[in-house]
Amino acid sequence: MKAFTSLLYRDMRLAFRAGGGASLAAAFFALVSALVPFGVGADLALLGRIAGGVLWVSAALAALLSLDRLFQADFEDGTLDVLALSPLSLEAASAAKILAHWITTGLPLVVLSPVLGLLLNLPAPAFGALVGSLAIGTPALSAVGAIGAALTLSIRRGGLILALIVLPLITPALIFGAGAVTGVFDGTGRGAFLFLAAFSVAAVGLSPFASAAGVRLNVGG
Amino acid sequence: MVMITALANPKRFLDVSRTIVPWTCAAAVILLGVGFYWSLFATPPDYQQGQSVKIMFVHVPAAWMGIFVYSVMAGASLVGLVFRHPLADVAAKSAAPLGAAFTALALLTGSLWGRPMWGTYWQWGDARLVSELILLFIYLGYIALWNAIDDPGRAARAAAVLALVGAADVPVIHFSVNWWNTLHQPASILRLGGPTIDKSFLVPLLIMIVGYTFLFIWLWLLRMQTEILERRARSLMMARGA
Repeated sequence: MKAFTSLLYRDMRLAFRAGGGASLAAAFFALVSALVPFGVGADLALLGRIAGGVLWVSAALAALLSLDRLFQADFEDGTLDVLALSPLSLEAASAAKILAHWITTGLPLVVLSPVLGLLLNLPAPAFGALVGSLAIGTPALSAVGAIGAALTLSIRRGGLILALIVLPLITPALIFGAGAVTGVFDGTGRGAFLFLAAFSVAAVGLSPFASAAGVRLNVGG
Repeated sequence: MVMITALANPKRFLDVSRTIVPWTCAAAVILLGVGFYWSLFATPPDYQQGQSVKIMFVHVPAAWMGIFVYSVMAGASLVGLVFRHPLADVAAKSAAPLGAAFTALALLTGSLWGRPMWGTYWQWGDARLVSELILLFIYLGYIALWNAIDDPGRAARAAAVLALVGAADVPVIHFSVNWWNTLHQPASILRLGGPTIDKSFLVPLLIMIVGYTFLFIWLWLLRMQTEILERRARSLMMARGA
């Protein structure tokens, strides 16, 4: 447990102190959301209708963009080899890294999302659903993303392949997350919320094993 | 099980598959020939959809093969991961482009069918078509991962993990798209394939499905043979170079 928490703190410290960490993913999230009105026009009614979906797509992209930091640097400087040899299992190490990734990229998005909701004219009753769905759903983005990041470790400039692998797999999170926000008005939001929670629990529960398998095949021999 | 372990020897696999390949080829040609003739010329036009219902005979088997090939691929990946057997890796790798091609064919024919039925080439309201699109992306990611990793053993294991994660996720994706689809139900009540299928359509459709399956087995075995020979050629060249 001590190894788990020290790995968690180490990853968080690295994310905050080197490479901009939390603020970068949040800035990217804000920027993508702010670009949407330029694309679809300034019609506030339209923006309010699509705000939930737009914010969820931006969140997925922001999570995706920061995935390469999850294992890549540790792979290149040999830290992963040390982790693989340490008594802490790779499954637990992956879980610590996923948690650190979520705290440094997912959580800032959750905190920032109400401001962006205002910016996109999200209707007032949907704010709770927006924050709640992002809080429940972003761990799934980090978890599924970690699998992709682990599998593409040995590929140089693997960013595009990572996107191609991860994005189709997280469509359920996107559908239920955006559905939880837009469903506030027609009463389908509750179901979406529960499905999102189920997907998130399954992803967070299973991902450390798949991620560890991905790391293991890349570090050994 | 004894038969499978016996076939696991690549040399024996090559021998056996060489005798099977002509038969599967013949079966595919005959079944597809009969199926095409029957479905295109010997079935009546649908009272509602007219002649365009005949796209079904190309579309439905392709869509089915997209799923079927994925499960073959996932099964081979599991065997490859658990028993570390190169032949299973070859089997999974060889199946992927075929599955992607069948899925792409299903999407293409589905949208061509959608044009006269729905008035648009693409209808987000059809859950099965949308799921097929995401399945195609999963196939493409799988193939890209195989190609991007140089070391074949490492590539095989990474791709196998991805195939299994995908196998767990594909039903969830289909469910989520279905759920989303019921919320955004379009005006069209007509599903691809129609609500029920008349017997005069069912028999040629089944022939087509079996024909597609034999086509897959034929091409799959051919691709596996090619892959094995290619690996052998590569190791011979490396031995000569060393």
